[in-house]
Amino acid sequence: MSGEPKHTRSPRLLGLYALAVFAFLYLPIVVLVVYSFNRDGVGGFPPRHFTWNWYQQLFGDSAIWDSVANSLMVAAGAVVLSLTLGLLAALALDRATFPGKSIFRRLVLLPLILPGIITGLSLLMFAVYEGLQLSLLTVFLGHGTALISVATTELFAGLQKMDRSQEEASLDLGATPWQSFWRVTLPNLKLSLIAAGLLIFTLSMDEIAVTFFLIGRDNTLPLEIWARLRRGITPEINAVSTLIFGVSVILILIWYQIRARSMGKEAQELLERP
Amino acid sequence: MTPDDSRPEHDPAASISKETLLEIRQVSKCFGSREVLKGISLEIAAGEFLTLLGESGSGKTTLLRLIAGFEQPSSGEIRMAGERLDTLPPYKRRVNTVFQNYALFPHLSVRENVSYGLQVSGVAKTEISGRASDALRMVKMEEYAASRTTKLSGGQQQRVALARALVNRPKLLLLDEPLSALDANLRKQMQVELKTLQRELGITFLFVTHDQEEAMALSDRIALLKDGALEQVGSPREIYAHPATSYAAQFIGQTNLVRTDVRGGIARCGSLQWGTTSSDGNVLFSLRPEAIHRVADGRVPTDAVRFHGLIRQQIFSGSSEQLELEVSGALLKARVPAQGPLAGAHEFWFSPSDAVAVLE
Repeated sequence: MSGEPKHTRSPRLLGLYALAVFAFLYLPIVVLVVYSFNRDGVGGFPPRHFTWNWYQQLFGDSAIWDSVANSLMVAAGAVVLSLTLGLLAALALDRATFPGKSIFRRLVLLPLILPGIITGLSLLMFAVYEGLQLSLLTVFLGHGTALISVATTELFAGLQKMDRSQEEASLDLGATPWQSFWRVTLPNLKLSLIAAGLLIFTLSMDEIAVTFFLIGRDNTLPLEIWARLRRGITPEINAVSTLIFGVSVILILIWYQIRARSMGKEAQELLERP
Repeated sequence: MTPDDSRPEHDPAASISKETLLEIRQVSKCFGSREVLKGISLEIAAGEFLTLLGESGSGKTTLLRLIAGFEQPSSGEIRMAGERLDTLPPYKRRVNTVFQNYALFPHLSVRENVSYGLQVSGVAKTEISGRASDALRMVKMEEYAASRTTKLSGGQQQRVALARALVNRPKLLLLDEPLSALDANLRKQMQVELKTLQRELGITFLFVTHDQEEAMALSDRIALLKDGALEQVGSPREIYAHPATSYAAQFIGQTNLVRTDVRGGIARCGSLQWGTTSSDGNVLFSLRPEAIHRVADGRVPTDAVRFHGLIRQQIFSGSSEQLELEVSGALLKARVPAQGPLAGAHEFWFSPSDAVAVLE
C-alpha cells in the first residue's frame, strides 16, 4: 500500500477523519444517554433541567422488568443449550473424521451468515408444524439453536489451539477418555467457553429478528422496547437503553480482560518455550 | 573378526539372560500408503535401558507411540510380560510416557500434575499425598510442589514430567527425546541423573533419541533404526566395535569406510592389503580413526598393516590429535595421542582385526 507516506504527510486530516468516524458511531449513544436525564422529554435542543424522573418511572414499570427477566432467562438458557451443542459439534469437527464432514461444517456455521428473518421464519414454520405453542420456550429454543454456530466457531478455535499431547498424557497416566475430557480438555477450554458464553449471552439479549417470529405472550426486552416505540418515544426508553448500554460495556470489558489474559498466557508460553 | 560375528542375532547382549518384559513381533505401521515401520521385531528385557536411536523420520517415535497406545500397528503384535498389549487402550497399559514437550497440565500445580495418575485410578487420598511427595523428592522438586508448571524452567518441567510418569510405578517408562530441549550442560547432568534413577528404580526404560552420544552414554543396548527398519541392535560397545552396516558405523562414532576388492582371503585397497575371512568380491570395511596409529609412537605388532600417509590437516582436541591423511589418493581420518604439530609424510599402521567388514 502506498498509504503510509500519505499518513505522515497529513496526520491532522487523518485525525479529523477518525474523529468524524467516532462521532458518527458514538454521538447517537451520547444523545440517547443525555436525553434520559432531560426533564422535557426527547424533544427540544439543547437539553435542560436534569432529572432522575425517567429512571424512577422505569423502576416502577413492572412490564419492562418482566421483559428483562424474560430476556435474562432466555439468554441464560440459550448460553447453556448452544454451548452444549456447540461443544459437541466443535469436538466432532476437531477430532472425528466422517463422511460429509465438510457439509456438516457448513450446515453448523450457516446460521452465522443466514439473515435472522430466514432463521426466524423457518423456526416458526417448524414450531407450527410440530404444534408447539409459541412462548418463551420457543424463543429459547430458537436462540439456543441459532447461536450454536457462534459457540462452535469459538470452541473450535479453542480446541485447535489446544496441545493434544496433554490429552495423550492424561490417557497415558491411566485416565479414561471420559475422565480426560472432564479433567484436561474442558479446563483447557475454560477461556473459550467463557468468551463464547458472554458473546452468546449478549447476542441473545438484543436479538429481535428470530425472536419476533417465535414470541408468544411474554415479551423479551428488545421486543418490549420496540412495541413501546410504536406508541411514541418516551425518555423511559432512553433510560432503559442507557442501562443496557452500561451493562454491555461491563460485559465487553470482562470479555476483553479474559481475552487479554488468555493471549498473555500464550505469549508467556511462547517466550518460555526453549 | 568376521562380519558374521557382528550380526544382531548373534549379539551376546548381557541382558538376554533376564526375563523379557516387552516383545515386539513383526510390527508394521502405515500412514496411508507410507510405511513408516517395516516389520520390527525387538525384545526388551526387564530392567533394561534400551535406546531407539535414529534420525528424524526413522520411525522411532512412531514405535514409541505404538507401545504407549496412541497408534495402532497395521500388522504384528506387541506383548508385555507375555500378554497382548496392542489391543489395550492407553489407559489400561502399565506403561507411562515422558513426552518430548513434557505435556504438563498448565491448569494444575506441580503437585497436582504428579498426583494426576493416582487420582484418576482411584488411589486413596492419604496414599496419593505420600507417593506424590516421594516422587517429587526423587526428582528434587519438592520445594516447587505448589508452583504452576508454566512458571518452571525447561529442566524443572522435565523433572516434573518424569515424576508424573514414575509415580504410577509403571513396568516400562517411555521417554520421547526428553532431553532434546535442554541446553548442553543441563543435558549432560540430566543424563547422569536419568541413568542413576533407572538403576535405583529398576524400571525398564525405552528411550528415544537422535543423539548418538546420548544413546551411547545411557543405554544398555541401542536399537538403531533407519527408514522404519532395524539396522542393528546391540550394546553401545558391540555396535561401536562391530558395526553391521556402513550406516551403523557412520552413525555411531566416526569411521573410515574403505572399499576393497577381496580375492582369496586378501582385501586390497590401493597399496593397502590385509588378510580377511570375507568371501571374494567387493567388500566395504569400517576402520575407526583411533585404530590408526603412528609407527613412531610405539611398538608395531607383526601382523600390522603399515602404510605411508601425508598429513593434510591436523586438529588439536585436547588429549588427542585428529589427522586427515592422504593415502594413495584417498583420505583417512586418524586419531593419535596429542604430541604437538605434525607435518609431512609419516608411517602409520592398523591391525587387520580393527578393519570390520560392513554391509553397504
